[in-house]
Amino acid sequence: MQLLTEIRIGGFGGQGVILAAAVIGKAAAIFQGGYATMTQSFGPEARGGSSSAQVILSTEPILYPYVAHPDVLVVMSQAAYTTFTPQLKPGGILITEQEMVRVDKYPNGVRAYGVPATRLAEELGRKVVLNIVMVGFFGAVTNLLEPDALRKAVADSVPPAMQKLNLQAFDKGFEYGSELIEKLAENGYGEELVSLESA
Amino acid sequence: MHADPKGVLTGVHFLDGDHACCEGTLAAGARFSAGYPITPSTEVVERFAWRIPTVGGIFIQMEDELAASIAIQGAVWGGAKAFTVTSGPGFSLMMEHIGYAAMTETPCVFVNVQRGGPSTGLPTLPAQADMMQARWGSHGDYAIIALCPNSPQECFDLTIQGFNLSEEFRVPVMMMLDECVGHMTEKVVIPEADQIEVTPRRYTKLPPEEFHLFEPREDLVPDMVKAGDGYRFHVTGLTHDERGYPSMNVETQDVQVRRLQDKLKPLANGRALCETENLDDAEVVVVSYGITSRVAQRAIQLARAQGIRAGKFRLISAWPFPEQRISDLAGRVKAFVVPEINLGQMVHEVARAAAGRAAVIPVSHAGGSVHNPDAILKAIVEAAR
Repeated sequence: MQLLTEIRIGGFGGQGVILAAAVIGKAAAIFQGGYATMTQSFGPEARGGSSSAQVILSTEPILYPYVAHPDVLVVMSQAAYTTFTPQLKPGGILITEQEMVRVDKYPNGVRAYGVPATRLAEELGRKVVLNIVMVGFFGAVTNLLEPDALRKAVADSVPPAMQKLNLQAFDKGFEYGSELIEKLAENGYGEELVSLESA
Repeated sequence: MHADPKGVLTGVHFLDGDHACCEGTLAAGARFSAGYPITPSTEVVERFAWRIPTVGGIFIQMEDELAASIAIQGAVWGGAKAFTVTSGPGFSLMMEHIGYAAMTETPCVFVNVQRGGPSTGLPTLPAQADMMQARWGSHGDYAIIALCPNSPQECFDLTIQGFNLSEEFRVPVMMMLDECVGHMTEKVVIPEADQIEVTPRRYTKLPPEEFHLFEPREDLVPDMVKAGDGYRFHVTGLTHDERGYPSMNVETQDVQVRRLQDKLKPLANGRALCETENLDDAEVVVVSYGITSRVAQRAIQLARAQGIRAGKFRLISAWPFPEQRISDLAGRVKAFVVPEINLGQMVHEVARAAAGRAAVIPVSHAGGSVHNPDAILKAIVEAAR
């Protein structure tokens, strides 16, 4: 974990945005011995409305609770992409649900990674775990947190009957991300949004 | 006395401040809550309503805040530890019964998760603008205790302390959260029940024929009884004598109302809850509370990095206000900087205690967010000049 990493996750209500943020925060604060503060924007968060959450990870106690310019932005809807991408820090990381978000531009120096999380979740039989696929992918491409801490946080955040499915979802996203990073190491990182297809 | 394990969710959790506050009430022994849910405090009672059937107790969703704030007092006289939860508009409606709790010396807890006001204001955004209302909102002379947690962990810890103080002094205790702390999620460690101290209610040992309901002990706090134990008693908001009977005359009023204030004197100075840092060499002291104390801490770090001798004075109990300690500091520091998410409330207390011996500089914010640390830093830099 680094001294201070600010993360924003956005999507629509029902995609599990808040849970994804909670898993990341929990991994850092409980399973990796660091600090994490999660806050969420409160709006009309019924299914289909917009939803966003912010998590700050740090090796030291976190004093200022809000995120203005995230280091990592995870977006699962076009609206979230449009709203939040301009706030990304130079040198930051953009992670998209590549079939929900059409990426046209993003700030210079930002690295963008895409994952078909909804489709991967559907392959597991339940679309609802797309958020945990995203968390797995996030874990692999950012390398901010220990995969084991994230895995434990996933298991700790869902009901026992749903643990197996969610851990499969996490692994699927993580493996997809790892494969992508390996390919990029071989082929180099281009300017466009990278996904397994384009890498 | 240790906490009852039934109410203690021992473990390491990732909870928001509202949920942590709820766990604090359960650990403290609260087994009754009545509420009229309102953003941003709803999660406290939502969780209580979910948890209480397995712990053993009652939650009632009332018709309004007046009903909620008096139902809890009925429960207290029936032997329960009880609390209610609200935010600005509901807090305004509860004022009459906060006065009743003060006058009848009913130990109970009011959780106020502050949002922007006045009126319905900013339901989902933070403010700290109910601080004076917490102290003075009901009519007449009385005193209360108000605690200001700045993290979910403290929402748990201080809620237990709030219940304990309400039992010790028999006063209503205000838990002054704000939307930011209430909706912020962080690690919360809940210890084993035998690691949690709870203050039991002090019931009289006297037989009914010798017992007087409002006869104070040496510490000015009377012992209690509860319904069903064979004591005949009368609880009234009218000025009453030691037997609890209405006695509306100058002498009784003087004795009773003075005692309501005097019984909290030990808290005001010696035992006031504060958190201080770098006061020994400080030329500028930042006085803050609640979420603002975290942002202020950042500003203090930035000021120290610039070579300014800034110190921290965090009010954990805003009421009683630690007047003596601020007064002692006023003699040797250049200035107090007081950031708060209102247009100036606790800053007046600081100024009163400083009594002109140090500059007192407010850093106000009308609400809806927290300060930018740079705004506080700027005030510190100017104060040090």
